[in-house]
Amino acid sequence: MAARPDPLIEHLLRRAAFGLSDDLRERFTGASYRQALDWLVAYPRDPDVDHLIGTPGYLGITAPTGFTPNTNIAHARQRWLFRMVHSPAPLVERMALVWHHHFATAYSKVAGVYGATDGARLMAAKISEDPSGQSGQIDMLRRHAFDSFENLLVNIASDPAMLVWLDGVTNVKARPQENFARELMELFTFGVGMFSESDVYAAARVFTGWNLQRTVSGGVSRYRFIYNPNQHDTDAKEFTFPVLSGRLTRSPRQIPGRTSANGMRDGIDLIHALAYHPETARRLARRFWIWFVSETEPAPGAFVDRIARVYLDNKTSIRAVIRAVLSSPEFMDPKRHYQRYSWPVEFVVRALNETGYRGFSINDALTPLVNMGQQLFEPPDVNGWETGPAWFSTGAMLARMNFVSQLATNQRVALRDASRESGGSPETLLDFVFDRLSMAPPTAEQRTTLLQYLQSGGPWTGSDTQLLAKSAGLTHLLVGSAEYQVV
Amino acid sequence: MKFTRRDFIKGGVSAFTFSFAAPAFLSDLALAQGSSRRSLVVLYLSGGNDALSTLVPYSDPFYYSRRPTLAIPAANVLQVGTDASGKLLGLHPRLTGLRNIFNDGKLAIIQRTGYQNSSRSHFLGTDIWSTGNPANASGAGWLGRYLDALPSPVDPLAGWSTVRELPRTLLADRVSVPTIPSVTGYAMQSPNTGVEATFSKAGVVGLASHVPVERPHLSFVTTAVNSALATLDRVAAVATYVPSATYGNDGLSQALRAVAGAMVRGIGTKVFWVQIGGFDTHAGQGTNPQNGAYSNLMNTLNNALTSFYTDLRNQGLLNDTLILQFSEFGRRIAENGSQGTDHGAAAIMMALGGNVNGGLYGTAASLNPSGNGGGTLENNGADVTFETDFRSVYARVIDNWLGANSTTILGGDFRKPSLAFV
Repeated sequence: MAARPDPLIEHLLRRAAFGLSDDLRERFTGASYRQALDWLVAYPRDPDVDHLIGTPGYLGITAPTGFTPNTNIAHARQRWLFRMVHSPAPLVERMALVWHHHFATAYSKVAGVYGATDGARLMAAKISEDPSGQSGQIDMLRRHAFDSFENLLVNIASDPAMLVWLDGVTNVKARPQENFARELMELFTFGVGMFSESDVYAAARVFTGWNLQRTVSGGVSRYRFIYNPNQHDTDAKEFTFPVLSGRLTRSPRQIPGRTSANGMRDGIDLIHALAYHPETARRLARRFWIWFVSETEPAPGAFVDRIARVYLDNKTSIRAVIRAVLSSPEFMDPKRHYQRYSWPVEFVVRALNETGYRGFSINDALTPLVNMGQQLFEPPDVNGWETGPAWFSTGAMLARMNFVSQLATNQRVALRDASRESGGSPETLLDFVFDRLSMAPPTAEQRTTLLQYLQSGGPWTGSDTQLLAKSAGLTHLLVGSAEYQVV
Repeated sequence: MKFTRRDFIKGGVSAFTFSFAAPAFLSDLALAQGSSRRSLVVLYLSGGNDALSTLVPYSDPFYYSRRPTLAIPAANVLQVGTDASGKLLGLHPRLTGLRNIFNDGKLAIIQRTGYQNSSRSHFLGTDIWSTGNPANASGAGWLGRYLDALPSPVDPLAGWSTVRELPRTLLADRVSVPTIPSVTGYAMQSPNTGVEATFSKAGVVGLASHVPVERPHLSFVTTAVNSALATLDRVAAVATYVPSATYGNDGLSQALRAVAGAMVRGIGTKVFWVQIGGFDTHAGQGTNPQNGAYSNLMNTLNNALTSFYTDLRNQGLLNDTLILQFSEFGRRIAENGSQGTDHGAAAIMMALGGNVNGGLYGTAASLNPSGNGGGTLENNGADVTFETDFRSVYARVIDNWLGANSTTILGGDFRKPSLAFV
């Protein structure tokens, strides 16, 4: 029987990593909670594991004519999932996923404008891979995953894919484009109810000139964010909330008229005001509660106040916030274990970590993920995915169960081999398979049902034939159960 | 034998299972509850439909002056006559099939539907249209509440969503509405074959039979498993349906094909949900060119609805079908600098089906921005303001098509007798 980390660390790994991978099981067995948290929050080295792709012993990929994750979106999806399984810094990948949900941008619109290859580049390329030396959006989110939220907002406001997605590319002084301006306030920062329609118009004018430059030479397009002073609206902009601070500011609700050369300052000021707005701090605290702590009760007021304070006191540092969340008494309280609904992507990665992945191509998870309701790089709209119970429509639940069936079929030989030593009786097999999965122990009724399953079809012999069928079948039942879906 | 309304209310519908001619006041209600074939198909245009490009006020000079690049030339629209205010209107040039249905008197277009202080947020707007409650757009949807009010036990296939995410409109307290994005993919697999697969299925059934009522968030997931188990066989029957009309390969067409299959197979579903996205046309809206974004949307919509309509007519089910279209808001009257339109307010709703009283309902706005278009505009003349509360449309559907009580389901009396489209 494999050693297991402390239950609290397993809880942390379900929430801040992707379950109990063999690596993390080994690393954290016998470790203290603090050590595990430090590892996850302050990752110790460059987490890029792309060079391992294609190496035997790791999760497989499928690319018959060459793997090009910087220009092919299906390959980019495979690469990201590979990183989630194999990165030594899984919390970085989780935060990138969370920010992908928060700043939800869909590949299809970008590809619709600039074509599939360039769409994939703008979403997924690394700086080193791109002819423009431009980071794709997800790699930008990954690099800034623990940065200050203010800096993350500046980066997202000037991100090429975002400029296409929310039409900043066409935001010019003669006709301000309000799409980005609205979502910046409604979804990215302080939320609906905090601003008026006049603020949307003013914010659209603030960002006039924040455009995308595309140049084509030698058949290669290059993309670059530019601030175009000629397209900036230089007049003053009035808001219903304070946008400038400081003792010398006479009109805190106004961004003053500025020369076109200095006009980019408008956007920086507005982002600063929004990032430091107390309601942004509170809204982010509530979102972190949902993302990491619990979906079965609203965030307690004391938690929101405390996390919002950490956020503001640390210059909007996401690293400080995530550390405070994961070391909060609310998070560590055993009553909060298994109180979140896993996202399809985290379910798939955890299932791979806890069931096995050698000989499995992650490409075979892409269609099941669509059926579960979460396709990477393709959130349904700028509000991200509908999370929580909304993941569990009948069709999506069926897709989860069928994915496990597919994975268990693929892994049946490995599952049989791993369970040989524990195949003495249905009870020992059940305990063994349970131990590989970081799920809550079964109730007495569930245990009876599972033992009935193991004994159906004839008396227990522990033969290879029996183990081949039953260890895969049992994995399917458990990973596909309702209990496994909550983390 | 004579029955009074009072007898009916006392006895309930089940008291009337023997066959005889129902009194007039009962006909619609009994028909709806007694007929397993009558169904409602809700069609959602996701993103906020630019209704002024769907139903074009081609004689309004302000339509042309405020939309220099997006306006559709009068010569190109498919004329559908004038509305009650005498305004000339025409359908988008790609809606040729819908115009035929209009000419057959089976398409009703209800102009300027919406509500006061229309939300410009996609998400809040969608929730408001889904719940029918602008003041508190949370909890069950209006059709979810209809399903909740059906006599117990409610068939797990009483509602059917063709999209992966359950729309709030169908979110119910008592019923878990299945989401069936693909009828062929809606099946349970097993890592083993033969008798071992049977054991697996028995294991799934066994595990899901222990509903952990003391942990509601977990029992919610268990209910999804049970709902899947209870619907697999009948959905499999739909997967073998061979339609009588040709459907396109786009998502909407395929969804409507499945809906037709469910109707023909007599599954008994009362409420279906289909949707098509891409209506959030802030930039490059392309109302006119052959392959413009909006032209393509209209083309897809037209072809999908026309195929569905033809299929149902061939199958003799047209009179049992009502399609009701909505979107979360309309769009700004003036085009923006990106040849697109931003979030606006009131828009059209459409209803089509064999029992629809076709035609134009309500009046078009005057797009003259001064004086808010004589009261038909809001937001300093920037947006079309509503004339018909969208809940009045819902009320008509609930009372006259679903045979339920709209005041209970909508929490108020929104009935508007002039909206006699069904």
